[in-house]
Amino acid sequence: MKKSSLMKKLTAAPYLVWAAIFIIVPLIFVLIYSVTDADGSFTLQYISDIGKYKDVMLNSIWLGFIATVISLVIAYPLAYIMARTTANVQRTMMILVMLPMWMNLLIRTYSMMILMQDTGIINSVLTYFNLPNLHMINTQGAVVLGMVYNYIPYMILPLYSIMSKMDMNLIEAAGDLGANKIVTFKDIILPLTLPGIASGFTMVFVPSVSTFYISKKLGGNTFSLIGDVIEMQFKSANNYNLGAALSLVLMVLIIICMMVMNRFTGDDDDGGVLI
Amino acid sequence: MGNGVIIELQNISKRYDDEVILDNINLSIKDKEFMTFLGPSGCGKTTTLRIIAGFLEADNGQVIFEGKDINNLPPHKRQVNTIFQRYALFPHLNVYDNIAFGLRVKKMKEKDISKKVKEMLELVNLRGFQKRNIASLSGGQQQRVAIARALAVEPRVLLLDEPLGALDLKLRKDMQVELKSIQKRMGITFIYVTHDQQEALSMSDTVVVMNDGKIQQIGSPIDIYNEPKNAFVADFIGESNILDGVMLDDFKAKFSGAVFQCLDKGFAVNESVDIVVRPEDVDVVPYGEGTISGVITSNTFKGVHFEMIVDIDNFKWMIQTTDYYPVGTKIGIVIEPDAIHVMKKSEYSGMFGDYSSFSDEIEHLSDVTEEEE
Repeated sequence: MKKSSLMKKLTAAPYLVWAAIFIIVPLIFVLIYSVTDADGSFTLQYISDIGKYKDVMLNSIWLGFIATVISLVIAYPLAYIMARTTANVQRTMMILVMLPMWMNLLIRTYSMMILMQDTGIINSVLTYFNLPNLHMINTQGAVVLGMVYNYIPYMILPLYSIMSKMDMNLIEAAGDLGANKIVTFKDIILPLTLPGIASGFTMVFVPSVSTFYISKKLGGNTFSLIGDVIEMQFKSANNYNLGAALSLVLMVLIIICMMVMNRFTGDDDDGGVLI
Repeated sequence: MGNGVIIELQNISKRYDDEVILDNINLSIKDKEFMTFLGPSGCGKTTTLRIIAGFLEADNGQVIFEGKDINNLPPHKRQVNTIFQRYALFPHLNVYDNIAFGLRVKKMKEKDISKKVKEMLELVNLRGFQKRNIASLSGGQQQRVAIARALAVEPRVLLLDEPLGALDLKLRKDMQVELKSIQKRMGITFIYVTHDQQEALSMSDTVVVMNDGKIQQIGSPIDIYNEPKNAFVADFIGESNILDGVMLDDFKAKFSGAVFQCLDKGFAVNESVDIVVRPEDVDVVPYGEGTISGVITSNTFKGVHFEMIVDIDNFKWMIQTTDYYPVGTKIGIVIEPDAIHVMKKSEYSGMFGDYSSFSDEIEHLSDVTEEEE
């Protein structure tokens, strides 16, 4: 008994060390930077400066939210169909979902840019058929599309995972008791898949809100998201303190959003799966 | 349409890919009767049930409910409810909400629902369980909730798909008695699927024995046991010694090298037939005093009786007696005319009823795999 618990601790050690070095320590740095100035003395100036970025921050959260909802609307029926087909079809569909993830995010986003540019592939095709061109690049819509395209696998996977584990007899039982398809969905399928929705929501919402590359490439210079602002503070403005303060506040806002979300989906999180 | 028939299956066939699951099933189910589909796994009994429930569509044939063709009626519009093998209780709802589910769909008033739920819980002996969580219930309790949930919507017919399969033996016996009494009290039709012949015999008004997607025999439990139609039925229902025989004339059968008086007639002269003798119907007498004789090759104590394997003329019989005879004893055998059942030859002739490879262990193993289906 004692030996095995010692074993447990020893085997957990590498992960704890890893987590400490790459998660805890950086977070402490973020915290320290956000409440100090360039000389290293304590100040709340940067935190109070954040008010200036209120609009950018709210816009980021709003776009991230829209992208997450769109992902959910697309992913939910897809995951449901996947969970109910034959094993072979399931495997093929799973590969198709995963395939884009084998490519780098930058490359994927770049190719979306090439597709959507004013002189890009889509517009070239439209011109060829004498159709009016569409202005897509450098709009909020393009950024949302980029978020959906890049992060939707993270919505599909937890939903698929929870749906494939759901007892199909429950759906039959609901029908057997007189429920039509709508009632069955509302009262049985939806409540039982809520944990999957919650984890999918988290996994799309968080990276969408804090993304910087997607907005830069597909949103152009017309507007920026909070991720871009933070990146700028570290890379070009060299204002680590403001960058850290912004990161901290963003983190807190995301945590609040997630808490609201979790309250909404109920307490028991068994079956809530990450990946 | 006979009188009092509630469900009729006409020429029902079903195949998956190239495998025939149901082969031309014809069956009339009477109102208020307890009917059991009995057969080994893969015989088509569950498929038949699912076709009646509406979860599956037959490739051919009609399901008739009170004279109306309900082939195209979806499950939620049929006056038929199902108890699923694994209960299929809604895990996110408590006992009350599970039982209330069908009533809420019907838009019943919450006050009436509450009364009905209480009544149903009393029926299944779970008074006061309304607020309980499904996960906190034992298997037997979940089973009862499933029954209450299905009966709450007042179906005309209740379909039960091996409902007691997951319960232990003692609980199973109790639930058998209870199900039977619930069926009597509610006055509705039960269609019950099982591979357990004991269960089928003790609960049913009518037993439908199925194998290979075909109905082998329909009859009362007593008929099925005493007058099996072929070697499959004889072997599946209880223990049987099934021997090759010849009908010399009416009431005169020859098997195991001797001629026996029997009660069967109507066969052609010298027609070869299958003879069934139940192990408990064989009388053991001292060696030399019987019609035929043999040597005991094994003897197992079973509680109520001893179960012996006896070699008679190179055919291994199973014989049950209350007296003990050691292995190796030579004994004589007498079989009364009413203990002999004569059957026409069928596709199953020669496949069953010989205990030469008999072992308790093998039988036990096959039981287990069947339950895991």
